Amino acid sequence: MKKTYFLEDLDCAHCAGLIEEKVGKLPGVSESRVTLLTQKLIVEVEESKATGLLKEIKKIVKKVEPDVEVLEK
Amino acid sequence: MTKKLKKRLRRIILGAAAFVAAIFLEHSIFTPESRIILLPYLIAYAIIGGDVVKKALMNIRRGQIFDENFLTLIATVGAFFVGEYPEAAAVMLFYQIGEWFQSYAVNRSRKSIRELMDIRPDYANVLREGEELVLDPEEVRIGEIIRIKPGERVPLDGVVVKGSGSLDTMALTGESMPRDVHPGEEIISGCINLNSVLEAEVTKVFGESTVNRILELVENASSEKAVTEQFITRFARYYTPVVVILAALLAVIPPIFVGNFPAWLYRALTFLVISCPCALVISIPLSFFGGLGGASKAGILVKGSNYLEILAETELVVMDKTGTLTKGSFVVSEIASEGEITEEELLYLTALAESFSNHPISLSIKNCCKKTLSLEEIENSEERAGYGVITAWKGRKIFVGNEKLMAEQGIAVPALEKPGTICHVACEGEEQKEYLGYLVVTDEIKEDAASCIKKLYASGVKRIVMLTGDRKITAQDVAGRLGIKEIYAELLPQDKLNIVERLFSEKSEKGKLVFVGDGINDTPVLARADIGIAMGGMGADAAIEAADVVIMNDQPSKIATAMAISRKTLVIVKENIVFALGIKVLVLLLAALGTASMWAAVFADVGVAFLAILNAMRAMKVKEGKGTR
Repeated sequence: MKKTYFLEDLDCAHCAGLIEEKVGKLPGVSESRVTLLTQKLIVEVEESKATGLLKEIKKIVKKVEPDVEVLEK
Repeated sequence: MTKKLKKRLRRIILGAAAFVAAIFLEHSIFTPESRIILLPYLIAYAIIGGDVVKKALMNIRRGQIFDENFLTLIATVGAFFVGEYPEAAAVMLFYQIGEWFQSYAVNRSRKSIRELMDIRPDYANVLREGEELVLDPEEVRIGEIIRIKPGERVPLDGVVVKGSGSLDTMALTGESMPRDVHPGEEIISGCINLNSVLEAEVTKVFGESTVNRILELVENASSEKAVTEQFITRFARYYTPVVVILAALLAVIPPIFVGNFPAWLYRALTFLVISCPCALVISIPLSFFGGLGGASKAGILVKGSNYLEILAETELVVMDKTGTLTKGSFVVSEIASEGEITEEELLYLTALAESFSNHPISLSIKNCCKKTLSLEEIENSEERAGYGVITAWKGRKIFVGNEKLMAEQGIAVPALEKPGTICHVACEGEEQKEYLGYLVVTDEIKEDAASCIKKLYASGVKRIVMLTGDRKITAQDVAGRLGIKEIYAELLPQDKLNIVERLFSEKSEKGKLVFVGDGINDTPVLARADIGIAMGGMGADAAIEAADVVIMNDQPSKIATAMAISRKTLVIVKENIVFALGIKVLVLLLAALGTASMWAAVFADVGVAFLAILNAMRAMKVKEGKGTR
């Protein structure tokens, strides 16, 4: 299933790339795309792994760019 | 400016002041040899780069050594170590200014594109039980009546039930001419009601309304990345480690042979300052994003950067005739009467005979006849699909139809080699059936169709092929008037795909095939082509779904505009790649030779990023009618 997150205050291209890469490696995630300019993270994830995903993504984002807020759409 | 940006700016200004103070102190109070000068520089450094140091240290704990924060830390600490205090603080200062500017530029272009696409309606005035309620458009149900006042945005797709007026469709189509609407006609969400109160029955919920579909499409567009963008991402992944390794080698190997470790260390540190590919990583996606934004401003929705990129390489354009090059609405173009009947009488008689038919041809004839039809005089009317109509009027029969109908009735008709649809008219006379003449009904060519073809050829398209289900002679006529050399006529819908397949095998490997259609019946071809362009996307859901590029109004010249935007964007992208890499490589070389200072490196890093971003922002500006460039 497809999930979209909003990455508030994301404005660094390098960090966007890192977030995309790391989220892509989470279990059950087959595709992860961060678009810097719309501040969106679009994730293709297995249905069964979708519940805890937001928490995992928040953890990654906190590490890469502590100022960025993750919001579920 | 966001709060975060303001905070960062304040810190940069404060840090810069401390830096200037340190320079002042160095040249006035302290002697140049005095080591105590380190202190004011360190203070300035701490104010400017405190957060970078913190982030870098956190990253080291996690083993991320190719992180830009970490590299900046190494470069600056190294500069302190070799005694270049002002440079150490300056590198940090400019690094922060560069970062700040990047964030600022991204925010700015994000905002301007958002403004460009500011078509989301905030509320809907719904009439429930005679009362007008202001609701969120998402809460409105199908079948409810909404009221749209002058100056308000149409919140949902619907059909006008009361009131007539003009709508401004600019935001959706890029078209400045307002569009008139009357009761019974569709209105599309996102348009602005200009002058009168309209009431409309909602036909689609907000989620499926045009405005929401367009917004979703535009927002998702930049997630389809162009090949160049992917290349830059991959390149960036290798660039930093390679430069860092080179820096390490530069610091260690030459001193073994020639000595002078501090000088080589300084050169290596200069390398580190240039090790961030920021200029590229930020400016390339920004250029594409700007191109997409500029296109949507012109009423062209491009579903992804990848399509914007391919569009510039168009070699072959395949166009559907009806609805793309012609209006798809028929008009009477010629009336030829025979015998005693006048042209006016022939038209009236034909319109009367056709009055019970809803065929597009019949409608166009009725539209052409300005006289009121005395319908009560008609006794009976029979429509025969594929032939025409036979209407009993004042005790005799009138025949209106094609050659087949005339042949069946034993009526001799003149042999005509004319484009368009020919409608023969005959009636029962005293003794035998009498031929009265014919009307020619043609599909109107769109005003800008010819200039579109000219622009396409001028912009480097090698072949333009027109496909149509229409008669050959009609197709040849249209093609001749537009300057199209290749046509395939009398096609069935499934033939179109076969022809496109054949054309694919005939084009060069690199050139792209673009198909333009109106989205009706040609979904498979739209999907098969390298790029499928749908015309008149406003309101046509199927077209929006299947195409890669949607032209919101029905002007074919927008195809040329789209290609011009695509080429302009790619030029900007190439300029940025060549410029940014060129400067970086040059400064790296000079630094290795010892002729470039850390100041030059700061320019190669921050200055180049700054200029590349400014250049990228040009992609957003679209000049109309610049298609021939």
